Amino acid sequence: MGMDSLIGGTIWDEYSQKVTDLMNNPQNMGEITEEQAKEMGAKLIVADFGTESCGDAVRLYWAVDPKTDMILESKFKSFGCGTAIASSDTMAELCKGKTVDEAVKITNIDVEKAMRDTPDVPAVPPQKMHCSVMAYDVIKKAAAQYKGVDMESFEEEIIVCECARVSLSTLREVIRLNDLTTVEEITDYTKAGAFCKSCIRPGGHEEKDIYLVDLLEEYEKEKMASAADASASGAGLDFAQMTIVQKLKAVDKVIDDNIRQMLIMDGGDMEILDIKENGANFDIYIRYLGACSGCASSSTGTLFAIENILKEKLDENIRVLPI
Amino acid sequence: MRVYLDNNATTIVDPHVFAEMEPYFVQKYGNPNSLHCFASDTHPAIKQAMEKIYAGIHAPKEDSVVITSCATESNNWVLKSIYFQYILTGRKNHIIVSEVEHPSVIATAKFIESMGCRVTYLPINSEGLVDAQTVRDNITDKTALVSVMWANNETGAIFPVEEIGNICAEHNVLFHTDAVQAIGKTPVDVQSFNVDYLTFSAHKFHGPKGVGALYIKKGKELIPLLHGGSQMGGYRSGTLNVPGIIGMGKAMEQAVDALDFEMSDVREMRDAFEDELLKIKDTFVVTPREKRTPNTILISFRGIEGESMLWDLNRAGIGASTGSACASEDLEANSVMEAIGAAEDLAHTAIRFSLSRYTTQEELDYTLETVKTAVERLRGISSSYAYAPEGHESGLDAGH
Repeated sequence: MGMDSLIGGTIWDEYSQKVTDLMNNPQNMGEITEEQAKEMGAKLIVADFGTESCGDAVRLYWAVDPKTDMILESKFKSFGCGTAIASSDTMAELCKGKTVDEAVKITNIDVEKAMRDTPDVPAVPPQKMHCSVMAYDVIKKAAAQYKGVDMESFEEEIIVCECARVSLSTLREVIRLNDLTTVEEITDYTKAGAFCKSCIRPGGHEEKDIYLVDLLEEYEKEKMASAADASASGAGLDFAQMTIVQKLKAVDKVIDDNIRQMLIMDGGDMEILDIKENGANFDIYIRYLGACSGCASSSTGTLFAIENILKEKLDENIRVLPI
Repeated sequence: MRVYLDNNATTIVDPHVFAEMEPYFVQKYGNPNSLHCFASDTHPAIKQAMEKIYAGIHAPKEDSVVITSCATESNNWVLKSIYFQYILTGRKNHIIVSEVEHPSVIATAKFIESMGCRVTYLPINSEGLVDAQTVRDNITDKTALVSVMWANNETGAIFPVEEIGNICAEHNVLFHTDAVQAIGKTPVDVQSFNVDYLTFSAHKFHGPKGVGALYIKKGKELIPLLHGGSQMGGYRSGTLNVPGIIGMGKAMEQAVDALDFEMSDVREMRDAFEDELLKIKDTFVVTPREKRTPNTILISFRGIEGESMLWDLNRAGIGASTGSACASEDLEANSVMEAIGAAEDLAHTAIRFSLSRYTTQEELDYTLETVKTAVERLRGISSSYAYAPEGHESGLDAGH
C-alpha cells in the first residue's frame, strides 16, 4: 500500500509518449497479400495469436525470403487495447530485416523496452505488460509456420510469468535459496507476478498450468516434510525429552551412522528391542544378529563401542544390554 | 469540445445544489449536535433537506432514511448487519443476490459467504434482466435477505423489483434494493411495493460525492455498522456531513422535478442517438430500450476492443465507459456482457454511453461523428476484419 496505491490513477497516464504515438498512428499496421509477397520473391506467412473473447488478438504478416530466411516485410493487424496495438506495431518493426531465427529471439521485454521514452521508465503500467506478451507469442507462431515445426519447440523452458519471462526453474531455485514464503517476496526477488498478476493464483486474466502460489505451496510442503522427518527423529531434542518412538529412531540413527557398517562388514548386525527408563538410566535392549551373536567381542569391545557412541551422541545415562 | 457521457459513473453537481451547500462550509460550520447557536444555524436547512429526501422516495415519517458516506457503505451495512443479526445467530443461513449487483454488494456477499453464509447468485437472462421467478425458486425458510438492484449500472436494465418485493413479502424474507441508478431516472416510491431497505447516492443525481443514504422500513431495524457518538439516531455514528446532506436534499428535489424531462426528453435524445449508432454495421445492444433507464446505452462494436474505443473517444474529448468505472483499472471483460452470455467475441467490445439532463443534442451529434471515425480507424487496425490469404486457417478463435 502507500499513497500511490490508495488513489488509482488512469492507466493511460503511465503510457510512454511512444506508446501513445503508436496507438494514435501505428506505423506497421496493414496487410501483406499473396501477390505482394510474390512480387518480392518472398514467402507469405500469416500467423494469428489470441482471441477476441480473451480481449487480445493479433495477426502477423511476414514476407520471408526463402533463400536467406530474411524477413523482408512485416505488418500486423490487432484487436486489443492501446498497449496491444502499440506492442504489435513495435514487434512488427523489430522483425524487419532479421532472419526468422533472429526474430524468434525477440521477447516481450525487448518490445516493451523499445517503446520506452527513457531507458529506465517502463513504457506501460504493470497491469498492461501482459498485452506485449501476445506480440512475442505471435512471432513464435509465425516462425513455427515458416519452418513447419511446433510452436513449443522455440520455448526452451517452462515460463511461469510471461510478462517478466521468469522460468519455473528460476522460481524454484530462488524460492529455496532465499526461503521465500510470500508472493510479494517472489515479486521482489524475480519480478514474477509484478505485472498482469495472472501467474499469482487461479482466477486472473489468463489461465496457467502452474501458479506462484503452487510453487510456494510446493516449497511449504517440502519444508513440512523435512520438518516432520526431523521431529520424528527428535533432532534438536534432548534424549530424555524424546518420546519412545523418537528415542528408538535416534538410537537407530546413531547405530546406522557409526556402528552398523562395521558389524555388517564382519557378517553380522544388530537390532534394538526396547528402551526402558530405569531410574536415572536409559536401558537399551539389543539383539545381535548373524555372525555377531556368539562373537566374543559382542559382550566386551563391540558392546563398549556401541554404548560409548550412544552416550556421546545421545545421553550420558544410556546403558546397552544385549539379550 | 468536451462531452460527458459517463453519468452512470458520476454526474456534474447542479449549480443550484452547489449554491445551497456553499454557506455550510465557511459561514454555518457548526456541528449540529452541539449546544450553541453555531449548531442551531444548521438545523433548519438539515431538516428541510431531510424532508426533501423523504419526499423524493415517498418514505413515511416513521421509517428511517439514514445518511451515509456513499452507496457502498449503505450496501455493506445491509448485508453485514443481516449477517450479524440472522446468520451468525443461526436463525437463518442464506441470502440471495443477483450476479450483476454492484461490487459493493457482490464483494460483501462474498465476504459473508467466507464467514459461513450460503449465498445464491441469481443469473440474468439474455436481455440482461433478472427473472423474478428465480427469486421464488431459490428462497428457502432459511433465507434471511434478497438483494436485487433496481436498475443495472452497465446496461440500465430495470429489474422487476415490485414482483421480487412481493415474493419476499409472501415468504417473509427481507428485501433490499440498490436504487443508485434508479433515482431521477424512474419513479421510486417505497410505499408502492414491498421494500425493506433501499440504497441511493447523491452524486448519481447531480448531488455531491460522499453522501449516500439507506432507507430502512420501520420494524426492520439494522444494527449499526459504525458505532460511536450516536448520531443519526444511533444508527450511524459520525459527525453529520452538513453540506452533503443539504446538497443531497436539493439534488433529490431537482431529480423529482426533472423526472418527467428525463423520461421524455432525455429518453428521446437517447433513442435517436442509439438509432444512429445502430446504423453502423456490426453493432449490438442487449437490453430492449423500454426495459432500460432512459439515459443508458450499452453497445458493442464488433472487432473493436472497448479500451481502444475509449481511447479514440477520449482523444476527441468524449468521456464514456467500458462498463463499470470501478472496473476500468482491471483487464476483465464487461461482467454484464459475460453474464448475459453474449457472443464471446463481443465480451470486450461493449461501450457504455450514459446521458443526463445536461446532455445536449449538439454533444450527441459530435459524439456520433467521432464514433463513426473511430470505428473506421479501429476496424482498419483490427485483426477481426483483416485480410487472410485463401486457405489460411484463422487461429483467432483458438483459446490462448
